[in-house]
Amino acid sequence: MKLPFEQVVAEHGAMVLRVCRAVLDGHADADDAWTETFIAAMRAWPELPDDANVEAWLVTIAKRKAIDEIRARGRRAVALGDLPDAAPDGWMPDAAATSDAERHDVWRAVRALPERQRHAVAYRYFAGLPYREIAELMGGTADAARRAASDGIKNLRRSYRNEQEG
Amino acid sequence: MTTPESNTRSRPRDEVSDEPHRATDAAPQQLALLHARLADAADEQGLLDVAYRIIDTPVGPLLLAATERGLVRVAFEREGFDAVLAHLAERVSPRVLRAPSRLDDVARQLEEYFAGQRRAFDVRLDHALSSGFRALVQQHLPHIPYGHTESYKQVAAVLGNPGAVRAVGTACATNPLPVVVPCHRVLRTDGSLGGYIGGLEAKTALLQLEQAA
Repeated sequence: MKLPFEQVVAEHGAMVLRVCRAVLDGHADADDAWTETFIAAMRAWPELPDDANVEAWLVTIAKRKAIDEIRARGRRAVALGDLPDAAPDGWMPDAAATSDAERHDVWRAVRALPERQRHAVAYRYFAGLPYREIAELMGGTADAARRAASDGIKNLRRSYRNEQEG
Repeated sequence: MTTPESNTRSRPRDEVSDEPHRATDAAPQQLALLHARLADAADEQGLLDVAYRIIDTPVGPLLLAATERGLVRVAFEREGFDAVLAHLAERVSPRVLRAPSRLDDVARQLEEYFAGQRRAFDVRLDHALSSGFRALVQQHLPHIPYGHTESYKQVAAVLGNPGAVRAVGTACATNPLPVVVPCHRVLRTDGSLGGYIGGLEAKTALLQLEQAA
């Protein structure tokens, strides 16, 4: 039997906000990601299998929604100056950028990556997720996710250098 | 500033230590704000199958619940609000959310009623929780005028089923919309109270309120 959704929000609301904040690291709007998470969950709630692990399910949605927020911001060229300087683990692909212009170039390079690489880089270096969770989000194995992130970084370095030299 | 190659922090941490850092706990008032935003967004997107709120009244807290079609449930605290919500989730939809604004109108009308300033309710009702003869009885009840009472026997007769006195009693006892649908205006033939979903004290209080006004 399905619980009233209100109970899900009451029990897991604070946890979902922690996840959104952790992924976004205070740089994008965690409130929006929180709302989007529970809207998506509420939509799917009647069909969720009764024996599902609700907490794990919500964490998965929350991470995805938080990353959507990051990507939505990343697509807005004018907002590039507002992009976070550091991921939760203190490293970002643009950590070395010394100016907004340089940072802009890095993010243009990120956006130019093939989709799987771009996602793997974003999940890994933006969201700080472990590879096994990235694999869950993207499909495939943890090793494949690791390779996609590593290929993405290689491509980034190459295209970024080309831009610098060209 | 460093270059990516020389940046010692440029390597993500090991799988083992890779736990996203914990933000500080959210203040309750922020979660309350987020909850209100969620209720609005859910309503806008047509996901708010059952909205509810709890109001204080002279007969104790009442839970009000509405679907998009109308008021579907009024419950007394003694019924157990958690049980009432669980039942709504099962019978109507599990998309149940505390969302006061859909209940603003009925809450205001109840306030007026308890202040003796309103004699009839003008709200859309959703009879999803009643069927058959019970629904028939419950749809008759609003026709008993404010301040008046009928007996279970009279109600059975009016509905063309004079033998169904006990069934009328059951229909009143299971009225999902007490107060608004006035099952408190139905008494035993001898004038004694009979039963009430909100307890006899509440039934007496409602009858006295209507006598006094």
